[in-house]
Amino acid sequence: MNKKTTKLEAKELNAYYGDFHALKSINIAMEEKNVTAFIGPSGCGKSTFLRTFNRMNDYIDGFRTEGDILLDGRDIYAKDVRVDELRKEVGMVFQKPNPFPKSIFENVVYGLKIQGIKNKSVLEEAAEKSLRRSALWEEVKDKLNQSALALSGGQQQRLCIARALAISPSVLLMDEPASALDPLSTAKIEELIYELKSEYTIVIVTHNMQQAGRVSDHTAFFYMGELVEFSKTKTMFTSPQDNRTQNYITGRFG
Amino acid sequence: MTNSEKNRLKDKAFQVFGVFCTFIGLVILAVFLFDIAIEGFSRIDWDFLTSLPSRRASRAGILTAWAGTLWILVLTAIIAFPLGVGAGIYLEEYSRKNRWTNFLEINIANLAGVPSIIYGLLGLEVFVRQMRLGGSLLAGALTLSLLILPIIIVTTREAIKAVPRSVRDGSFALGASKWQTVWNQVLPASFGGILTGIILSLSRAVGEAAPLIVIGALAYVPFTPATPLDEFTVLPIQIFNWTSRPQEAFLTNAAGAIIVLLAITFLLNGIAVYLRNRQQKKIKW
Amino acid sequence: MRVSEKIIEGLLWLSAVITILITIGIIWVLLSESIAFFSEVSIVRFLTEKEWTPLFADKKFGIMPLVAGTLLTTFIAIAVALPLGLTIAVYLNEYAHAGFKQVIKPMLEVLATIPTVVYGFFALTVVTPFLQGFIPGLAGFNALSAGIVMGIMIIPMISSLSEDAISAVPRSLREAAYGMGSTRLQTAFGVMVPAASSGIVVSVILGISRAVGETMIVAIAAGQQPRLTLNPLVPIETITTYIVQVSLGDVPHGSLEYRTIFAAGITLFIFTFALNNISFWIKKKYQEKYD
Repeated sequence: MNKKTTKLEAKELNAYYGDFHALKSINIAMEEKNVTAFIGPSGCGKSTFLRTFNRMNDYIDGFRTEGDILLDGRDIYAKDVRVDELRKEVGMVFQKPNPFPKSIFENVVYGLKIQGIKNKSVLEEAAEKSLRRSALWEEVKDKLNQSALALSGGQQQRLCIARALAISPSVLLMDEPASALDPLSTAKIEELIYELKSEYTIVIVTHNMQQAGRVSDHTAFFYMGELVEFSKTKTMFTSPQDNRTQNYITGRFG
Repeated sequence: MTNSEKNRLKDKAFQVFGVFCTFIGLVILAVFLFDIAIEGFSRIDWDFLTSLPSRRASRAGILTAWAGTLWILVLTAIIAFPLGVGAGIYLEEYSRKNRWTNFLEINIANLAGVPSIIYGLLGLEVFVRQMRLGGSLLAGALTLSLLILPIIIVTTREAIKAVPRSVRDGSFALGASKWQTVWNQVLPASFGGILTGIILSLSRAVGEAAPLIVIGALAYVPFTPATPLDEFTVLPIQIFNWTSRPQEAFLTNAAGAIIVLLAITFLLNGIAVYLRNRQQKKIKW
Repeated sequence: MRVSEKIIEGLLWLSAVITILITIGIIWVLLSESIAFFSEVSIVRFLTEKEWTPLFADKKFGIMPLVAGTLLTTFIAIAVALPLGLTIAVYLNEYAHAGFKQVIKPMLEVLATIPTVVYGFFALTVVTPFLQGFIPGLAGFNALSAGIVMGIMIIPMISSLSEDAISAVPRSLREAAYGMGSTRLQTAFGVMVPAASSGIVVSVILGISRAVGETMIVAIAAGQQPRLTLNPLVPIETITTYIVQVSLGDVPHGSLEYRTIFAAGITLFIFTFALNNISFWIKKKYQEKYD
C-alpha cells in the first residue's frame, strides 16, 4: 500500500454545538479507495466528525466549525462550495435504514431525479446498476414498484446503499450501518463494504470492534472530542500507542 | 361498616357516577338529534332543497343557503389551504429556534383563541369597507380563512412533525435541497394528516354564522350566487333567521335546514376521521 | 436553483407573517373605531353607567349590563361543564378500559363539532320548554338554557384537556398511592387531580374563554335585553349578541351606533386575550415543572 493519494483530510478542525466543544483540533488524512473506521465510546464525536464530510450538520441550530475539511484538496466549507454538489460526491448511509415511503425504484433514482434527470431508460439503467452493486438486484428485480417499506431491515439498508451509489459518489460515509441489523444481514453489509472499496473511499463509524477489525484498513479512535490515535487497523488492535485506546479496545474485547 | 368498606362503597359510587357523566352528554345529543329528526325530516323534500327563500314558511326553501355554503366552503379552502400549509411548513422546516419564531408561535396560539365574532369585525372593516368587497362571498371566505388559519397551521405542523428526521437526512444526503426535500418527501408523507386538518377546519367554517352576520351576509337572498362578488347567505344564517321567527312553521323549516347542515358537518368529519385512520395504517415507520 | 429556493422560502415566510398581520389588523380595527367611540363617550361613562341603550332615543352607554350577561351565561356553562368534564376525565383515566376510552372519546368530540347555531336551536326549542315544566318563572329567552347548552358544548374541551393533564402525571405517583392501599377514588382525587391541577385550571380557563366569545347560542336563546342582573331566569344580552343585533339592523357606517360594536368588541377581545395568555403562562410554568 504505497503511494496512495489523500482523498479526505481534516486540518485543525474544531466543531461546536453552541457552547459545547464537540471536536477538538482534529488532524487526519484518509487515503483514496480505502476503508477507515471511526471508533470510540458514545458521545466521543465520531458521528459528528463523519457528518462534517458531507455537511449534514449544517441544519443543526448553533453548529459551527473552525479549521478545514478537504476533499481532493478542496475546502468543502469554502463559500463557493454548493452543498448539493458536495453531496453528489460524498454519499451517506445512516444508522437505521431510512428508505423513503415510496417504491424501491423511486428510492434508487431519487438522487438522479432531483438532479433533473427524467429519461426513463437512463433511470432504469442506473437503478439496475446500483442495485446490482449493492447485491440487492436478484432479490428485488421483480418487485421494483413495490413499497420499499415492505423490505426486511437488511434489504432496506442495502437499498439505502444502492440509493447512495446511484448518484456516483467517490466517497461513502457510513454511520453504524449495521447496528440495527441481525448478524446475517450484518455479514452481507460487511461483505459489500469489502467489495465496494475497490471503487470508493469509505469511512465507517462503528461501535463494534470486531467489525472495525474485519472491514477497515485504517482505524481512528476518538475520545471526548479528540482524535486519540489513528493508524493501520492491525497496528491499532495489536499495539495501541495510547493508554485510552488500549483501555477501550481491551474493555470491549473482554 | 368499617372504614375500608366505606371507602370501597364510595369508590363504586363514583364509578357509577362516572358512567353517568360520560353518557349524559351523549344521551342529550341523541335526544336532540332525535328531536330534530322528528321535526325536520318531514320537511325535507325536493322542493325544500330547490326553492328560494320566501315569506311563507311552507314555500320557503334552502337553495340559496346551501349554494352559498358550498361556495363559501370552496373559496375558503382555496384561500386558506396555501396560506396555512405554507406557514406550517415555514415554522416546522425553515424557521430557527429564536425569539422571532417564539413570537410567531404565541401569536398563532392567541389567534386560535380569538372569538369568531371578532374576526367578523376585522372582515367588516378590512374586506367589506377598505377593500370594498361588500357583503360578498369573497369577503365572507376571506374572513373565514383567517378564522381557520391557526387550526390549519397547527395540524399541518403536527403532520409534518410526524415525518421522521431520517427521511429528511436521507434526502439531504443525496444532494436534495431544502425545498426538494419538503416537496418530494415531507409533504407526500404528511399529506394525509394535512388534509385531515384542512377538512376539520372547513367543517368548523361551514358551521360559522356570527362572523358572516357581522360582515353583512344576508338572511334573505332571492338568487343563488353566480360569482364570488355576489351577495350570499349560508345555512347557519338561514337557520338563525328561521329560529328567530315566532311562527312554528319556520321552526320546522329550521329543523329541516339543520339536518342538511349536520349532514354536511358530519360528512366532512367522517372523511377526516377516515383519512386519519388510513394514514395511520398506511405508514408505519 | 438557488434563486428559486430563496423565492419559495420567502413565500413560506410571508404566509407565516400573515398571522402577525391578522393580529395587527384585529387590534388596529378595534382600536381605531373604539378611539372614535371614546372621543364621544367617556370611558368613565362606558364603565360606570348601569344601562346600555345605544339604539334608543335616550342613549346610555354603560357596558356593565352586557358584561354581566356574558359572565352570567359563562358561569352557568362552566358550572355544567366543569363537574361533568372533570368526572369524565377522571373516570376515563382511572376506571375505564382502554378500549372503552377509545370508542367514547371520539363520540364526545362530536359534541364539539356541532355548529353553535344548532345548539341555539336546541336551547330555545327543547331545553327552555323542558325547564319551564318545573321552573314556572322561566322566560322564553333566558340565560339558564343558553348557559346549560353552552356547557354541554364545552364538555369535550374540558374533559380531553383535563384527561391529558391527568395522564401526564408520572406513573410513579399513582403507583405510590395504590401501594399505600388507596382506592381508585382516593388515588384520583387525593393524588392525581391535585398533581394535574394546573392542567385542569388551563382547561377551565380555555373553557371560559370559549364561553365568553360564544355567539349564536346566546343570540338565539338568551334574549336581546341588556340587563344588569344575575337572575338566570330572565332575558339578558351578552356582548356578542349585541354585536349580532347591530349587524342585523342597518346602522349607518361611521355613526356612533356603528362604533358601539367595536367598543363592545374590544371589551370582548381584552377578556379573551387575557384569559388565553393566563392559560399559556400556567401551561409554561407547569411544563417546566415536569421537565
